[in-house]
Amino acid sequence: MKNPMNCYIHAIFVIQENNPLILTLMKKYELEDSHKKTIKEICQSFGNKHGELINILHSTQGHFGYLPEAVQNEIALNLNMPLAKIYGVVSFYSFFTMTPKGKYPISVCLGTACFVRGAEKIVEALEEELKIKVGQVTEDGKFSLDCLRCIGACGLAPVIMIGDHVHGRLTPDMIKGILQQYE
Amino acid sequence: METVKITIDNKHLEVPKGTTILQAAKQAGIKIPTLCYMNLPHLSREHKPGSCRVCVVEIKGRKTLAPACVTKCAEGMEVLTHSLRAMNARRTVVELLISDHPKDCLTCPSSGCCELQNLAIIMGIREITSVENAAISTYRKDESPSLIRNMDKCVMCRSCETVCNEIQTVGALSAINRGFMAVVAPAFEQDLKDSPCTFCGQCIAVCPTGALTCVDSTPQVIRALADEKKFVVVQTAPAVRAALGEEFGYAPGTLVTGKMVAALRALGFDKVLDTDFAADLTIMEEGTELLNRISRHLQGDKDVRLPILTSCCPAWVNFFETNYPDMLDVPSTARSPQQMFGPIAKTYLAQKLGIKREDMVVVSIMPCVAKKYECQREEFFVDGNPDVDYSLTTRELARLIKYANIDFNSLEDENYDRFMGESTGAGVIFGVTGGVIEAATRTAYELFTGKELENVDFHELRGLEGIRQATIDFDGTPIHIGIAHTLGNARKLLDGIKSGMYNFHAIEIMACPGGCIGGAGQPLHRGDSSVLEARMKAIYQEDANKVIRKSHENPEIITLYEEFLGKPLSEKSHELLHTCYFCHPRK
Repeated sequence: MKNPMNCYIHAIFVIQENNPLILTLMKKYELEDSHKKTIKEICQSFGNKHGELINILHSTQGHFGYLPEAVQNEIALNLNMPLAKIYGVVSFYSFFTMTPKGKYPISVCLGTACFVRGAEKIVEALEEELKIKVGQVTEDGKFSLDCLRCIGACGLAPVIMIGDHVHGRLTPDMIKGILQQYE
Repeated sequence: METVKITIDNKHLEVPKGTTILQAAKQAGIKIPTLCYMNLPHLSREHKPGSCRVCVVEIKGRKTLAPACVTKCAEGMEVLTHSLRAMNARRTVVELLISDHPKDCLTCPSSGCCELQNLAIIMGIREITSVENAAISTYRKDESPSLIRNMDKCVMCRSCETVCNEIQTVGALSAINRGFMAVVAPAFEQDLKDSPCTFCGQCIAVCPTGALTCVDSTPQVIRALADEKKFVVVQTAPAVRAALGEEFGYAPGTLVTGKMVAALRALGFDKVLDTDFAADLTIMEEGTELLNRISRHLQGDKDVRLPILTSCCPAWVNFFETNYPDMLDVPSTARSPQQMFGPIAKTYLAQKLGIKREDMVVVSIMPCVAKKYECQREEFFVDGNPDVDYSLTTRELARLIKYANIDFNSLEDENYDRFMGESTGAGVIFGVTGGVIEAATRTAYELFTGKELENVDFHELRGLEGIRQATIDFDGTPIHIGIAHTLGNARKLLDGIKSGMYNFHAIEIMACPGGCIGGAGQPLHRGDSSVLEARMKAIYQEDANKVIRKSHENPEIITLYEEFLGKPLSEKSHELLHTCYFCHPRK
């Protein structure tokens, strides 16, 4: 079942399989020339305008999957803007992330309906099964785990999303089986 | 000019269109309380984010209350600043601010000069009833060599952010995160010492609370003074004497040189000496360097780097090391007066007095917080012993005087000790923007032309304008001089030089508005530009009062070169009085 609202997030967060970008970005603070070129092009496409910062960050995150320090630094250089200001915007909006997401990003709804129907137990089961905490990515880069507030599917509570797929009416013992569907 | 008629608290006013309610009320003698609002007229900058809501007023016929700082007067507007509704709202705003603020006012470094505390006083807030046991949001404390960031006390007025980004163009601070987690911090929440911060301290000069404060070095100085084995020498910067009096109730611009010397002696310093002496020494070294470069340039030497930039201001040194790493060979290699004083005191003076280097403690009194960082720079240590041990601000000196039960106002004037206490008018004017280059001009003119300079007052180099330029006639050779104060203006000037817009032989740059008289270690003036003007006048008055007004005529300087250094830019000078710069482009 697809949640139309979430195509938007999907496009930004789901990264192609074995994306080499994440590995190179994680390992080095210095960016490769090709990455610098990409950032430059994105900034130029928005006329290097300070007022377009959110769009530039949005677009850059769409390309790299996340906004590590080196990428923010490069945007700061291109826009001739203080790095602190860029980080200020990145840290303000929960949409922007500085940690890479997994191939299949998992979002657990902690909205009121899901919460009272045991969403916390679902989070615990996911953490145990994936051996990561909320906000982290599995070592193989397959899954990442995050929480969010209400995806508008309260009738299915408790509910999680994996990529753009919604899984509802969950109990903790269902988690293992669901994760096995993703390869 | 188009005007509008309004009434504020039943007073009828006619004000120019575009005037805010806050400005209009001020004209009518009505003081609407503010917190996040900051006006810096000498920098043509009004900071009014309209975020704190302390200045809300009632406007008749309007459903909601309006913030006076950002609401413009409109024709026929009837404003009530102390209606029950406005007063209640204002009170709630301040109570809510205090509910998320530590209540350690008794021991807070900003106690007595905190604007939130003032608001609680003027509104008569005696208890916080609304959210009695609510937890206060906390954030880790960040301590740099000069500044302390205690974000628990931040009220998010973001004045520091405006000063750091717009006035200084340093770009170290920004508001980050959101809600209760929101603080002002460098990128990635790194420490200030790892950020592009220059330690100019202008953020602490505008912080209304105790969120940004200066490192306190008074305990170390008190301990050194109590240690009988230590010989404690103190040096006082030029700008201190023009502002210290303000901490003791004197009008801004009152010169308290004599009382300050008496107070320092009463505190128990073994020698009370003058940074102005070291300023004269700086002119000898920097002036000679300037002349060398200009002479080589005039002889057609293509490799010579011009313009020469002054290097007295440690925040400015930090700024170019971070922002202009390709220009590290352009500034003068001469150390700042503070860092010239230290090595001379710990070599020549110590030998003269028969004291070992490690037994001498050099304390400096500075209008500056970056000086605290400067004296800790590695290159200013000899075998683990710093050239200058501790640097105190003007405000810290005032506190030290109060700790020691000294009644400053009743002190009789006293004179500096000798040696290193004699100075000229040229040394004094280091304290104001344009002063260093004027002092250098006085000496360089005579050395260059071989003629005596009759009028030593170069009025074309003075003033409070952000960027100034002048051409001085060196007996037929025009010397182009540029002056900038605030780092934002310095950036404009430097970028102008890079793009070929300006062509100068020499440039003076000071990081703080007005030069050292507006330093972050001075008594806080909260944007009152008349205070800066008064201090500036006092400095030029002190200069005019001096019998000797050219650095190279200072008899102690002449003796120092005869007995110890040889001549300017000698090997000994290079070892003790010059430095080099390091590229540290920080992330």
